[in-house]
Amino acid sequence: MPFIPHTEQQQRQMLAEIGLTMDGLFADIPADLKAKSFNLPPGLSEMEARSRLAELAGKNSIDLTLFLGGGFYDHFIPSAVYSIISRSEFYTAYTPYQPELSQGTLQAIYEYQSAICRLTDMEVSNASLYDGGTAMYEAMMMALRITGRNKVIIDDSVNPIYRVMIHSYTQNLQIDLEETHCANGLANRDEILDKLDDQTGAIIVQNPNFFGCIDDFTDLAKAAHAKGALLLVSCYPISLGILKTPGAMGADIVTGEGQSLGMPMSFGGPYLGFMAARKEHVRKMPGRVVGETTDREGRRAFVLTLQAREQHIRRDKATSNICSNEALCALTALVYLSLLGKEGLKETAQRCADKASYAYQRLTAIAGVEPRFKTRWFFNEFVVDLPREAADVIAKLIEKGFAAGFPLSRYYEGMENSMLICVTEKRTKQEIGMLAEALESVL
Amino acid sequence: MKLLFEKSVPGRCSVSPGPSDVPTSVNIKDDLLRDRSAALPELSELDVVRHFTELSRRNFGVDTNFYPLGSCTMKYNPKVAERIATYPGFAHLHPLLPQLRMGGMLTQGALAILYEMDLLLREITGMAGFTMQPMAGAHGELTGMMIMAAYHRDKGNKKTVLLAPDSAHGTNPASAAIAGYRVVSIPSGPDGLMDLAALKQAISDDVAGVMLTCPNTLGLFNPHIREICDLIHSVDGLAYYDGANLNAIVGKARPGDFGFDIVHLNLHKTFATPHGGGGPGAGPVGVCDHLVPFLPVSIVVKRADGTYALEYDRPKSIGYVAPFYGNFGIVLRAYVYILLLGKDGLARVAENAVLNANYVRCKLRGHYAAAFDKLCKHECVFSTTDEMAANGVHAIDIAKALIDRGFHPPTVYFPTIVKEAMMIEPTETESKETLDAFIAAMIEIAGLAQKDPETLKAAPVTTPVSRPNETAAAKNLNIALL
Repeated sequence: MPFIPHTEQQQRQMLAEIGLTMDGLFADIPADLKAKSFNLPPGLSEMEARSRLAELAGKNSIDLTLFLGGGFYDHFIPSAVYSIISRSEFYTAYTPYQPELSQGTLQAIYEYQSAICRLTDMEVSNASLYDGGTAMYEAMMMALRITGRNKVIIDDSVNPIYRVMIHSYTQNLQIDLEETHCANGLANRDEILDKLDDQTGAIIVQNPNFFGCIDDFTDLAKAAHAKGALLLVSCYPISLGILKTPGAMGADIVTGEGQSLGMPMSFGGPYLGFMAARKEHVRKMPGRVVGETTDREGRRAFVLTLQAREQHIRRDKATSNICSNEALCALTALVYLSLLGKEGLKETAQRCADKASYAYQRLTAIAGVEPRFKTRWFFNEFVVDLPREAADVIAKLIEKGFAAGFPLSRYYEGMENSMLICVTEKRTKQEIGMLAEALESVL
Repeated sequence: MKLLFEKSVPGRCSVSPGPSDVPTSVNIKDDLLRDRSAALPELSELDVVRHFTELSRRNFGVDTNFYPLGSCTMKYNPKVAERIATYPGFAHLHPLLPQLRMGGMLTQGALAILYEMDLLLREITGMAGFTMQPMAGAHGELTGMMIMAAYHRDKGNKKTVLLAPDSAHGTNPASAAIAGYRVVSIPSGPDGLMDLAALKQAISDDVAGVMLTCPNTLGLFNPHIREICDLIHSVDGLAYYDGANLNAIVGKARPGDFGFDIVHLNLHKTFATPHGGGGPGAGPVGVCDHLVPFLPVSIVVKRADGTYALEYDRPKSIGYVAPFYGNFGIVLRAYVYILLLGKDGLARVAENAVLNANYVRCKLRGHYAAAFDKLCKHECVFSTTDEMAANGVHAIDIAKALIDRGFHPPTVYFPTIVKEAMMIEPTETESKETLDAFIAAMIEIAGLAQKDPETLKAAPVTTPVSRPNETAAAKNLNIALL
């Protein structure tokens, strides 16, 4: 099924009209550069392909009750989200370089940028980046460009997956990356302030952090600004339905993973990196940006703007190399936020917190299950210490049909018995009760 | 058209989580909460559906219009791949499951796809191993540059310079610069290909590598490609292949056979996954044998018992460029596409893509100025003629006039080395009837450029808006309704 419409006769006719043969079309490839091998299987019909892929899909366990989060969440997705983003006028379009025939995409991006700003209390947003981790890396590079400095402080309560990504990206660069170690589940003020100096370009923190604990970084924003550094906050967009915003804390650049806004987990992608910032930094921001303007008749129109920052114009002087981004995922997030609206997002966030709070009470009532941190303030994830190795307990609970949580020993020393538990609005009281019973039974 | 926010009616709502089965919590203190709700729109579900349906009608997509955008490979996106990506076994799979003890066994179907895709892409490109992590073409380039840097660091090489032709995609120099390299641009010769003499002059021990597309952005295949790779290798540099133009040669020739060390592919081009209005894409990176140890972690391996596992213990790896396994949903669609086409189907892709490009090239010859009037691969590049220029007609005017005739314009003003460039890539999925209609429209517009240039300047007139004022957009910056 190659999706090629030409009949053999048409092919012959076209070749004849241009005076070439099929072999002649490839005469410019020297014989010794022709493919040495091209040993692929024969093509399948759609019926065969669907059957084979259904079989592979069946080898993935999706019937587990998920209490697994870690930055990637199983939220409810309203039916209208998929219905809207499945319109092929959206998903088969290219980057909106020709504005007259892309007003749909362009207006949607402008609305997305507006929604992200309103959610985070920031002034500007770009059109999307790949994911929360690359968005954090881009924010770090942006902060270093703005400040002209090369030192970055990152607390280890930031998602460890993002921290290893940032380590990877900075291997070949002259960046002094310093990690601080969270205290009682919150970003370590003493260590951060100790390391903060006039060479520091950015402090990177996360809220709620990887352990689910809620923080207020107003003090860090003030401290950073006093030294001429910027505060970078990574956040979980659903939590912003109720939590204090990074903008209100004084953050300079805000990033995060947008998957929770209507995207399925899809085994790691496609996801959505979002980025918002203060307006004064807009020209240092990476990625596409859509702006409002008017057409020749004075009608409202939208265009890609500030393109002089981008690779197709500035080449090696661009603010980032990004070209393809996650436009359809940004549209997904916008549709999701529109469907939930002001009240729906607030209720969803509150419901997550309520259910997590209920689960916390149920689970910590079990003998031997202790809250790890003293802070009582968490959003929809929390850490418990178990009487034995968490990875082992989690493995036993998988047999009982639960993905009960994430074993923190994978990324943190001294947390062999600690388990990160996530509760979204999808989990029922009954499921939480069953998890509590199952956990008690395996301890 | 009104914005979503302007349609909002206070108190109106659509989706809510419904009644709660747990008590409302008191676990968050007030000063950690936001002081007012986020000002999101308040709309009914139908309001939202109508709004976005109306927006969708203000777009051209491959499903609505011919889209001959050079270097973008806007081919048809098979519906079956979209459908398969929604199978709950894929869509609802949590990416952290394999990190749980024995968790890899919970995701054997997904790991099998990643593993098999690696093997398929190896065979298609002639490379020795792939990572699926990069989430777009430019992300693949950056990953490739990081692998290059890791290779040189490992060998103790002190290299600072990356070479790229002046016809390169903008992402090439940008990716190299972001990875820490100084980019030196190599001019193209009068034949449109990289100037070998200039390349030889630029070669030194400082050179870490070269980035190339082949065929290049003029649609020309460089017969000296192996010589270029050899030259780079002579100073222990690496040759990087930008796979944006692989559609021209898939099944016919392989970058690995040319001598390239690192390759990225754009699954959203050659392998028919949709562009999504600008993304998401996927940019898997393949490397030759001696660079395999540097690939990002994790890598999917097949164990002796036939099961699949993720391997993390790779000491020379550059680390993680994505949180997990890349844009799995996109890799999955491309995997389905490769299975559907198979060996014969994929070889026919290049044949028909090249046939269509040359058909358009030959038919437009004489009506527009061909940048290089010789055999091309998947795309051809034209300029305005001197007569058009004398009438004040620019490539952008031709582009806008095409819109009124129902065609997405070609890529204009790129490659930058061709004045008033119009870069046309028809792809193999377009019919002769569509190509003939496009050619007829182009010829009609060429005629108007002589007789009535003013109508071209006024175009487009059939779209929801006419040409927007881009200068005003940048000057009076309004990028969010706060």
